[in-house]
Amino acid sequence: MGAPVARIDGRLKVTGQARYPADTPLHNLAHAVMVTSTIARGRIRSLDTTAAAAVPGVLLVLTRDRAQGQLTAPKFGTGGSTSIQPLNEERIWHDGQMLAIVVAETQEAAQEAADLVAVTYDHDTPSAGFDTSGVEIVAGAGASPMYPEDPKAGDFDTAFKAAPVVLDATYNTAAQHHNPMELFSTTAEWNNGRLTVYEPSQFVAGWRAQLAKQLDMDAANIRVVSEYIGGAFGSKGPMTPRTAAVALAAKLVQRPVRCVCTRAQGYTTATFRAETRQRIRMGAGRDGKIRAFSHEGWELTSRPDDYVVGGTETTARLYAYGAVHTKVQLVKADRNTPGYMRSPPETPYVFGLECAMDEMAEKLGLDPVEFRRVNDTQADPVSGKRYTSRSLMRCYDEAAAAFGWQRRLDAGVWKTGAMRDGDWLVGLGCATAVYPTQVAPCAARVRLTADGKALVQTAAHEIGTGVRTVAAQTAAQALGLSVEDVTVEMGDSALPAGPVAGGSVSTASVCSAVLKACGGIRDKLYRAATINSGPPATPESFTLRDGMAVLDSGRSAPLSALFQKLGTTQLEDYAEFAPEGSAPGAVEQLRQGNPGIMGGAKGPVLMYAFGAEFVEVRVHARTGEIRVPRMVGAFAAGRIMNPRTARSQLLGGMIWGLGAALHEMTEIDPRRARTVNRDLQDYLVPVNADVEGVEVILVPETDTEVNPAGVKGLGELGNVGTSSAIASAIYHATGRRLRDIPMRLDKLLQLQQT
Amino acid sequence: MQPFLFDRADSVTEALRAAPDATVVAGGTNLVDYMRLGVVSPKHLVDINGLSQETAALGRITLDHQGLRLGALVRMAEAEDHPGIRARYPVLADSLALAASRQIRTMASLGGNLLQRTRCEYFREASWPCNKRRPGSGCAALDGLNRQHAVLGTSDACIATYPGDMAQALLVLDAQVELTGPRGVRLVPVAKVHRQPGTTPYLETTLAPDELITALVVPASPWSWRSRYVKVRDRRSYAFALASAAVALDLESGRVKQARIALGGVATVPWRAEAAEAALVGKPLDEGAARVAADAAFAGARTRAHNAFKVPLGQEVLVQALLQAGALQPPPPTSRNGVTHA
Repeated sequence: MGAPVARIDGRLKVTGQARYPADTPLHNLAHAVMVTSTIARGRIRSLDTTAAAAVPGVLLVLTRDRAQGQLTAPKFGTGGSTSIQPLNEERIWHDGQMLAIVVAETQEAAQEAADLVAVTYDHDTPSAGFDTSGVEIVAGAGASPMYPEDPKAGDFDTAFKAAPVVLDATYNTAAQHHNPMELFSTTAEWNNGRLTVYEPSQFVAGWRAQLAKQLDMDAANIRVVSEYIGGAFGSKGPMTPRTAAVALAAKLVQRPVRCVCTRAQGYTTATFRAETRQRIRMGAGRDGKIRAFSHEGWELTSRPDDYVVGGTETTARLYAYGAVHTKVQLVKADRNTPGYMRSPPETPYVFGLECAMDEMAEKLGLDPVEFRRVNDTQADPVSGKRYTSRSLMRCYDEAAAAFGWQRRLDAGVWKTGAMRDGDWLVGLGCATAVYPTQVAPCAARVRLTADGKALVQTAAHEIGTGVRTVAAQTAAQALGLSVEDVTVEMGDSALPAGPVAGGSVSTASVCSAVLKACGGIRDKLYRAATINSGPPATPESFTLRDGMAVLDSGRSAPLSALFQKLGTTQLEDYAEFAPEGSAPGAVEQLRQGNPGIMGGAKGPVLMYAFGAEFVEVRVHARTGEIRVPRMVGAFAAGRIMNPRTARSQLLGGMIWGLGAALHEMTEIDPRRARTVNRDLQDYLVPVNADVEGVEVILVPETDTEVNPAGVKGLGELGNVGTSSAIASAIYHATGRRLRDIPMRLDKLLQLQQT
Repeated sequence: MQPFLFDRADSVTEALRAAPDATVVAGGTNLVDYMRLGVVSPKHLVDINGLSQETAALGRITLDHQGLRLGALVRMAEAEDHPGIRARYPVLADSLALAASRQIRTMASLGGNLLQRTRCEYFREASWPCNKRRPGSGCAALDGLNRQHAVLGTSDACIATYPGDMAQALLVLDAQVELTGPRGVRLVPVAKVHRQPGTTPYLETTLAPDELITALVVPASPWSWRSRYVKVRDRRSYAFALASAAVALDLESGRVKQARIALGGVATVPWRAEAAEAALVGKPLDEGAARVAADAAFAGARTRAHNAFKVPLGQEVLVQALLQAGALQPPPPTSRNGVTHA
C-alpha cells in the first residue's frame, strides 16, 4: 500500500487558485449563450433572429442557416455524445436541443438576445419513455461494440422450472444526471488557423480527434486544454456538439468565444444515466445454491443513437449460478442520448441483482451474507474463465465484523420490523459492490533534473480522483524523490497521449506508463553509475533513494554527480504503455481517439474489483422518512496507491449510492417528454445532514496479473450495490420491499395503505 | 434575464413612491432566482435594504410584554437565533431553522419570506403553460408531474403549493402584518394576506401594489410557548416541505382549551385547519384525539395522480406535531418575561 499523501493540488482548489477551463483569461473574449428547444419532437418552422441581432453588443447569432456546411456531424460511440449536430438539423430530437448560439460583447447582452430569439415549431407527439406509446424497441446485443452479445450459459428454462425455490421480480432505476459542481462550458480561441479549446474534458486526446473530424481540420492544429475539472462523473467524457459549434462561432467572429451552459441546459445538452427496467428470475435449491438466473434489462435511449450499458455483462458472472440467461433491449424515445455515468452498467444492473439476492436469501431463510458465500465463485459461470483475484467474501467478513451484522442475526435474520428505537424502525442490510478492472493505453514523459526535481507529463485527467497526486507518488518512489519534488502536468492534448478518465482506468494506466518512463531514466542513471565504477553491480541492487543513487550496499552517489558524469542537467524518457493483449499501435490509436480499454470480462481471464457494503437505516414509523445513520464498506482493489485518495473515492462513491437510493431522479413529463426538474432545487442530492457515519475498509489484495502497477481502479466501485443494501435494510426495518429507486417516503406510505 | 433599472430607496416614502410600478427587492433570494429563470422580468427594481438606516424599526426585533414585533428587513437567521423567540414562540424559531439553508436564511428578509412564490416546476420554467405566470394559458401541473403539489385550497386553474414555513407559524400565533402605504399604516392578519387560486391564481395576495410590508406583529400569549413546527421533506435539510404542521396549544389539566393548527406543503396558501382545531377542543390531548383532528384537517383534500400520499403524510405530521407540542415543558420564568433585542 502506498503512502496516504494529501492531494498535491488540494490547496490550489480550496483556495480558489486552481484555474478551471472557463476561468482562462483571454484577450478580447466574447460571450456566448445557447438557445434551446422547448419541445421534444418536431421541426423548426421558423427561427427569427431579428430582435436578438438588434440587441447592442451582439456579434453573431449562429443558427442552422449560418452554420450550413461548416460542421460535420459527430460520430456516436467514438467519443461523441451523439450523432446529431443540432446546428445542422431542422428536426427536434429532444427537449432542450441546441438551436442557436448567440455571441455578444458581454454575457448580459448574449443572454438578453438569446431570450429574444423567436422560434416556432411544427409539433409532433413525443414519446417520453417506457410507459408512453410510440417508442421503438431494439436488441441491445450488437447495438454497440461495447455490448456484442447477451451472456448465456446452459438451459435456463429447464433449470428454472425444476428449481424448488423461485423468484420473479421487476426492478426500476431512475434517470439521473451527474450534476458536477462545475457547469459545462466551452472556450474556443483561434490563432493563425490553429484552434485551442478550453473545456472540462475527460478525454482531451479523443476530443482533439473528434474536433478535427467535425471541423474538417488537421488534428495537429488543435489543442484541447482541461487542466482542472470541477467534477465530471462521465458527463465530460464524450464530447457534445456544442464544442465544435462554439469553435465555429469563434472563427466567425474572429475572437475568442466562451459559452457557459446554465445548470438547466446541462440537463438536455449533455448526457445522463438513463432509466432501466429489469426483470430477474432466479431459481435455487434448498441447499441455497442458485441453479438458474435470468436478467432481462430494458434501457432507455434516444432515437438517433443506440446507447447501451448492458450491465448483464457483469451480473451474469457475479455468482455461481448454474444456467444463465440474459437479454438487453433498448427502448428508443424522444430524449437526448444518454451516456456514461459513474459505473454505467453496474449501478443499475447490480441494484436489480443484489435486491433479488436479498429476496432469494429470504425465501431460503438464509443469512444474506451466507447466501452469497454459498454462491461465491472464482470462475465465470458463463465462460469458465477464472478471476485473477476475487476477495468478495473477505470483504463481507471484514465489513460484517466492523458493522456489527451479528446484531441482525441475533434478532432473527428474517424477522422484520423487530428492531425499533422510539418512532424509528431500524433495519440492517448488505449488498455486493463490483466493478471491472480495466486499463488503457497511456503515454508519459518524465524529466529528471540534476537538482533532484521531476516533471511528469501525460494527457490524463484529474477529475477529482487524485490521479495527479498518485502519478507524483509513483514517480517520486521510482526516482527516490519526495512527492513535493515532482510536478505533474495533465489535461492538455499537447502532452503525451493519456487515457480517457473513464472505466476507472486512470490510476492503473497512468501509473503503468509513469513507471515505465521512470524505468528508462533509472536505466540511464544505472549506466552512468556503473561506467568505470569498479566491480559491476546488478541492475536489481541499483536503487534511487533520497536523491541518491545506491549501487549496492557499499556504494552510493548523489544524483548530481551522475548528471555531471553524463554531462547533462536533465534526463528525459518517454514511454508508452499498452495493456496486455492490445492491438499493435494502441497508443497511436489512442491519439486517434480510440481509448482501447481492456480488462473486465473481455480478456482470457476476468478482472474485477469487489466490495461489500453494509448499511443501517431508520424509517420513521409514522411518516416513512428514511435515514441512513451508518454505512460500512470493505473493498479489495489490488494495490492501493494512496489510501487517503482511495478512501475518499470509495466514501464519495457510497454517498453517491445513498443519493441514488433515496434522492436522485430526473423527472420527465410523460406528455411532452420534457425534463421537469432541471436544477439542484428540484433534483435532490444528499446534503451533509443526510450523510452520517461512513466507514471505508481497504482489504489487502495482491494481484500482479491485472496490470504492471497491480492496481484495480476503484473510482466507480463504491457506488455499486449501495442502493440495494439500503433497500435490503428498509425491508428489514419495515417488512416492505421497495424495488424501484429512488426510494422515497411516498412509496413506503403507498405500501402501508395497500 | 432582461435589462432592468435598479435603484435604491433611502426612505419608506421614497420606496412607496416607486412601489406601484416597481418591484421591491430585499434579500433577493427568490426574486433574483426567478428573474434569472425568466419567470418574472421586472423593468424596475427598488432595493429597500437601506431603509433600516432611516427607519431602524424595519431591521429590529422587539420582544416585550405586548408581544413580538419583527421588522420586515430582519433576516430569517437573526430571528431564528433570538433566544426570546426560541423560548416564547418555539414554533416560529423552528419554522425558520427548518427553512432553506443557513446561507439563504442569512440573506432572506422576513417580509420577503412571507411572500415567497411557489416552486411549482411548471411555474418555474417559463415555456410551460401556467395560469399563475401567464393568465389563461392553462395549468400543466393538473395532469403533469404533481407529486409536490397541493391537496388543499386547489382549483381547476392551479394546484401550486405555497412553499414557505414561517407563515404557518405566524398563523398559529395569530400574527398580523403591518402594511405601510400612502394611506397610512394598517394591520392585516397573516391569515388574510394570501389568496387561494380560484379562477385567478395570478392574484396571490391581498396587498395593494403601493403597500410595503414594514413589520410582522405577533401578540403575546400565555400559551405560545406550547407550540411546535414539524416538517417532513425528501431529504433531511434544505428542501421544501412535502408536508408540515404548525401547532399551538392551550391546555388545561391535559385537556385542550384552544388549539391553533396550520399546514404547510399541502396547500395553495398557508393553511389554517380550523375544523381540526375545533375537533380538539375539550378533548384530552392523546393519539386518538390527534388522529380525529388530522382526519378533519384533510377532509376536503383533493388529490391528483402523484400527490395522494400527502393526505396520510400530512395527517401523520400533524399528529406528531400535536403530540410533541403537548409534551413541551414551559420555559423558565426569566425568559418567559422576554427580553428586548436591538
